[in-house]
Amino acid sequence: MIVSCLPEIGYLHRAFEKSSEKGSYTEVIPYTDRLNYCSAMMNNVGYCMAVEKFFDLTIPERGIYVRMIVSEMSRIMDHLVCIGTNAVDLGALTNFWYFFQAREELYDLIESLCGARLTTTYTRIGGVMADLPEGWAGRLEALLAKLYKVLEDVDGLLTKNRIFIDRTRGVGGISAEDAIGYGFTGPCLRACGVAHDLRKANPYMFYDRFQFDVPTGERGDVYDRYLVRMAEMRQSLRLLEQLLATLPGGPVNADNPLVVLPPKEKVYGSIEGLISQFELIIKGVQPPAGEVYVATEAANGELGFYIVSDGTGRPYRVRVRPPCFPLMSSMPHLVKGQMLADMVATLGSINIIAGELDR
Amino acid sequence: MDFKERIYLWEIVKGLWITLRHLVYNLFHQRSMPTLHYPEEQRPMPARYRGRHRLTQRDDGSLKCTACMLCATACPAKCIYIEAQEGLPEGTEKRPQVYNIDMLKCVYCSLCVEACPCDAIRMDTGLMPPPADSREKFIYRIEELTKYPAIKHPNPPFLHRCGKL
Repeated sequence: MIVSCLPEIGYLHRAFEKSSEKGSYTEVIPYTDRLNYCSAMMNNVGYCMAVEKFFDLTIPERGIYVRMIVSEMSRIMDHLVCIGTNAVDLGALTNFWYFFQAREELYDLIESLCGARLTTTYTRIGGVMADLPEGWAGRLEALLAKLYKVLEDVDGLLTKNRIFIDRTRGVGGISAEDAIGYGFTGPCLRACGVAHDLRKANPYMFYDRFQFDVPTGERGDVYDRYLVRMAEMRQSLRLLEQLLATLPGGPVNADNPLVVLPPKEKVYGSIEGLISQFELIIKGVQPPAGEVYVATEAANGELGFYIVSDGTGRPYRVRVRPPCFPLMSSMPHLVKGQMLADMVATLGSINIIAGELDR
Repeated sequence: MDFKERIYLWEIVKGLWITLRHLVYNLFHQRSMPTLHYPEEQRPMPARYRGRHRLTQRDDGSLKCTACMLCATACPAKCIYIEAQEGLPEGTEKRPQVYNIDMLKCVYCSLCVEACPCDAIRMDTGLMPPPADSREKFIYRIEELTKYPAIKHPNPPFLHRCGKL
């Protein structure tokens, strides 16, 4: 029986926020990969959206579509890891293999898109690193059908499995009031029955154009979190289908020489392009003085970036609102009075990513 | 839970059916197994894979790099160290005398490739840097950086936002 619990955090503290103040705004993007490394793309997107808020930028539709596609893929990958490892902690290894095979294929797509699997560094301020490669959208479309099958398999193995239900039902539960009090966001809050999703509550990018539901649970326990995550992956697949069906053509980067590097053709072939390349690399992106806060719905919940600019090429302050931190701070509440073995199930279900928790 | 779920047996049969289906499928489709016999078998790297760096050369074998320091400026890890010298023939563009990349610091973000104004550095070798037993061996000099050719995509001049790789 657990009488009390004291989370001890900070072992993966790398001073992300302080390091961000040392370099240009673009140099922070590789750092953001290492926040929630299970869904690195979403951190890239969130950070770049925050910096873009300083400027009056119109990012072309295709650029935003591409960002939404990679965000939803990352959400699926994150949930696959969370459920897979949570089930492994409870002794169910098969689901992990099924999920990791699906995740592997998603990672292959991410790799052929940006050249790296985990540390993506895909977005840039004002757009993305590069457009989708040829045939990429078709490969993703073919993969979606497979993902539905994988979800069905794991659904069949876990959802009505008496052992899994006995281990997770009523374990690590929290009421909606307490969850809001602790600052829960994301799947763990929705498992308590609060239908709060920033994609619906405060639509950013083009989420208001597409059809998707916000799945909720009832009891807020480990089993409900599992159900919510499974349902969310299906909604993400639904979103991906709609996104791929309506993917527009055109450029992916904003047309603003003060923010976006000129295309390489211009750099190699014209003096103006060369000058603006040098100007932008040496001085960096220079937002006007002020402060912004942009919150996006990451896989774990609300991922917020609060940036203060003093008008120079370096951020004056970058503050991250990680979704993991409130979840971890509620651990004593979640596990009090439960068996020691339930601790494992609870910790896995709130999906602690230390990179994001400690920064 | 209804009766079927409570007695557990029905669900265990259903679960075993799923795993058995995968087993039988894998037995008869061994070629499409997702695992590889690494290192004998290796996965082909995608064209955009950000691997070991390469300093590109002109047709006469001289480096394209003009030691303008943009890559070293853009690098978030500050792992590039350049010392410039007089170009050849004298009075033309600078060229690097020393061009070192500390592979232990590099984060493979490809911001240097994007920053380069003359296509002098690329990450298209499709290789991962091999392990070494001392820190000095991880500092790659010009010789190591020109050692391997681009094996994956022979001529991608505009990696940055071209989308045609």
